Amino acid sequence: MNDTSTFAVDMRGITKQFPGVLANNHVDFSVRQGEIHALVGENGAGKSTLMNELYGLVHPDSGEIFVNGKQVQITGPRDAIALGIGMVHQHFMLIPVFSVGENIMLGREPVTGPDFFDRTRARTEIAALTKRYGLALDADARMGDLPVGLQQRAEIVKVLYRGASILILDEPTGVLTPQESHELFGVLRDLVKAGKTIIFISHKLKEVLDISDRITVMRRGKVVGHLITKDTNEEEIATLMVGREVLLRVDKAPAKPGGVALKVDGLTANSDQGVPALKGVTFELRYGEILGIAGVEGNGQSELMEVLAGIRRATGGHVALGGRDITTMDANSERDAGVAFIPEDRRGTGLVLSFSIAENSILGRERASIFSWRHLVLRLVAIRDWARRLVKDFDIRTPSIDVAARNLSGGNQQKVIVAREMGGGPKVLLAAQPTRGVDIGAIEFIHRQIVKERDEGAAVLLVSAELDEVRSLSDRIAVMYEGRIVTIVSPETPEERLGLLMTGGGTKQGAA
Amino acid sequence: MSALGDIGHLLLTANLWQATLAAAVLFLLPALGGVTSERSGVVNIAMEGMMLTGAFFAVVADLKLHNPWLATLVAMVAGGLMALIHAVVSIRFRADQIVSGIAINIFAAGLTVFLVNRIYGVQDVGHVVNSELLPNINIPVLDQIPFLGQVLFQQNVIVYVALVLLVLTHVVLFRTRLGLRIRAVGEHPQAADTAGINVFRLRYGSVLVSGVLSGLAGAYLAIGIANTFVPNMTDGRGYIALAAMIFGKWTPFGAFIACLIFGLGEAIYANNSFIHISAYLLSMLPYIITLVVLAGVVGRSTPPAADGLPYIPGSE
Repeated sequence: MNDTSTFAVDMRGITKQFPGVLANNHVDFSVRQGEIHALVGENGAGKSTLMNELYGLVHPDSGEIFVNGKQVQITGPRDAIALGIGMVHQHFMLIPVFSVGENIMLGREPVTGPDFFDRTRARTEIAALTKRYGLALDADARMGDLPVGLQQRAEIVKVLYRGASILILDEPTGVLTPQESHELFGVLRDLVKAGKTIIFISHKLKEVLDISDRITVMRRGKVVGHLITKDTNEEEIATLMVGREVLLRVDKAPAKPGGVALKVDGLTANSDQGVPALKGVTFELRYGEILGIAGVEGNGQSELMEVLAGIRRATGGHVALGGRDITTMDANSERDAGVAFIPEDRRGTGLVLSFSIAENSILGRERASIFSWRHLVLRLVAIRDWARRLVKDFDIRTPSIDVAARNLSGGNQQKVIVAREMGGGPKVLLAAQPTRGVDIGAIEFIHRQIVKERDEGAAVLLVSAELDEVRSLSDRIAVMYEGRIVTIVSPETPEERLGLLMTGGGTKQGAA
Repeated sequence: MSALGDIGHLLLTANLWQATLAAAVLFLLPALGGVTSERSGVVNIAMEGMMLTGAFFAVVADLKLHNPWLATLVAMVAGGLMALIHAVVSIRFRADQIVSGIAINIFAAGLTVFLVNRIYGVQDVGHVVNSELLPNINIPVLDQIPFLGQVLFQQNVIVYVALVLLVLTHVVLFRTRLGLRIRAVGEHPQAADTAGINVFRLRYGSVLVSGVLSGLAGAYLAIGIANTFVPNMTDGRGYIALAAMIFGKWTPFGAFIACLIFGLGEAIYANNSFIHISAYLLSMLPYIITLVVLAGVVGRSTPPAADGLPYIPGSE
């Protein structure tokens, strides 16, 4: 390797053993000054552990760390901050009830008099910082009132305020809309121009290729590849990450649509805040097809899925399943009618985290006569057989069916839900964000299952924030904007055109 | 004469309001402690036990030392030590904070009865206090103001101390760097930790403050008001302080308003000879007010986000 003085960060031979897992196994990781370096790998590959070691939250068992050419001991975040290292965590380290200013200053507050928090100085310092990097923020706004994109911006300003020259961003785009991601990338490029070094953790290959200069790939605690971004491609990175060839394109035969499964007519509903979220949604979903809904998050997709699943009340309009009106049905009756639902919030709505896989595998179906005797006594043997079958069929990686859902990785949690919902042979499958936060390997698997469900005749309605996912899975794409389906287009529609439609433009032109 | 008329007449007397403030302070001190502890993220329902311990040791120390100030100091240390148990159990060992709090309350009740027996060989220390007490102080000039003078400026020394502590707690929590950090730790300890703030130190400190303030309230009760120690003499006041804290939405002044309402209930009860209502009914008044308050009459009250959740470094 080169002379270490050119490296902002140089970690050598880092090893960290957690109970039962070798999280980092002799990892060598180096980042040049002024570059955007992507650190990629599946969940559990050891990326976050490595970065937590650099930030002092976790202490490696062995190995050496050099920052700007000097060997350092980092015993806690204070040391890291002093060395100019800042971290934007995947789960924001922000306090919703505090102001933006208080959040940014926390831990290094300007003080006046004996110990009074100096609001005026906080405000001027933030104004100076945001101006310098072109990151507009209102220091007096309540953090919890800001959209996610701005919260992340506050996190970045927080790190800059502490004088960071090396910024670690852990899965920064996971919670962002495509527009917000785009803005973030602009900010990152500006920061590099201002002399900062950026470490970008991600498992989204497109954006890694888009933003980084160099890439380090990790798998199961080891570094498996150092790549130069301009000389590589998605397939190469994916293969390194997963350890086998991965099909990034969904392999599917043309759809053979049958009769109308779901007929939605003028559907209206309110959001949690009580404002109209659906303003007359009309479409038809046929058996044997996948209808994808493309839209910027917050345009009514979540509410639509919830109304269809029976967990949100419609304020008007009709939903018919095979000619039968199901508009006002509750979730129970919908399930009985053959509607399966993969909810977008898997930890909150999809699973009871403290329940075992076996228990989770029958949630919502526990009254079925195969699983309980007269709705009263659970048939444990049948439930366990069922759970074992799902674990096998859906490749859920777990030591046993008695493990609490909480202890599974995100991808395996999602597989439990997918298995439960598909295992009953649904007529209609409502899939909301079916692969959010899931590893590439598991994504490939879930996609294949959704296509298989379609091929067996089910009607699939797919909502995803990933435009790529919608385009590659869907047979038709419905574009949703401000609570309405504005148009239905073919999946071959170019991404730019879809983007335009999703933001409310282009429909007139399209009709012409 | 109607009972309502009696109460109406009573409400116009300075005596009643003087007694209201005196009683309110008994709730206010542990409530301020509770606010501090819970703002840092440690649920504290042990004010009752810490107060009782303080009351007992105030009496013991006063009998020994014949100095109410030193006795008060001893009571504060005793309350602080009880709080230290709660702190170690819930911060260091991450035990359930409600269970720890209940255990401390039961422990304090048992410990004080046991020690009364051991030290004085009697069930009741009713007769043993014959010592120096925390004085009532009339503030010169101000105490001559009609009505208000008697209510505000003819009080026990601890009342004045408590009012100063009320303002101090508010200023520290909401105007200083220390308070910002305490609240940060109670809302989102991970965020505080990554900002380089010592979560454990602030939580220990805040829980200790709750014990010290509860101990002070115990001293006020035992050698300022009752001039005796009787087993279980706190009589649920620590719990009412807890209700006041929730009623006051975890703010010092909100809690103070609640304490005044509860104090008024106590004062009406104490002056019941004027009223033709059963004393037993009147004695329920503070508790009925507590229930009504907790049933949500004051609207939704949101605790600090990490209240009651132990902090495990490196977790998310």
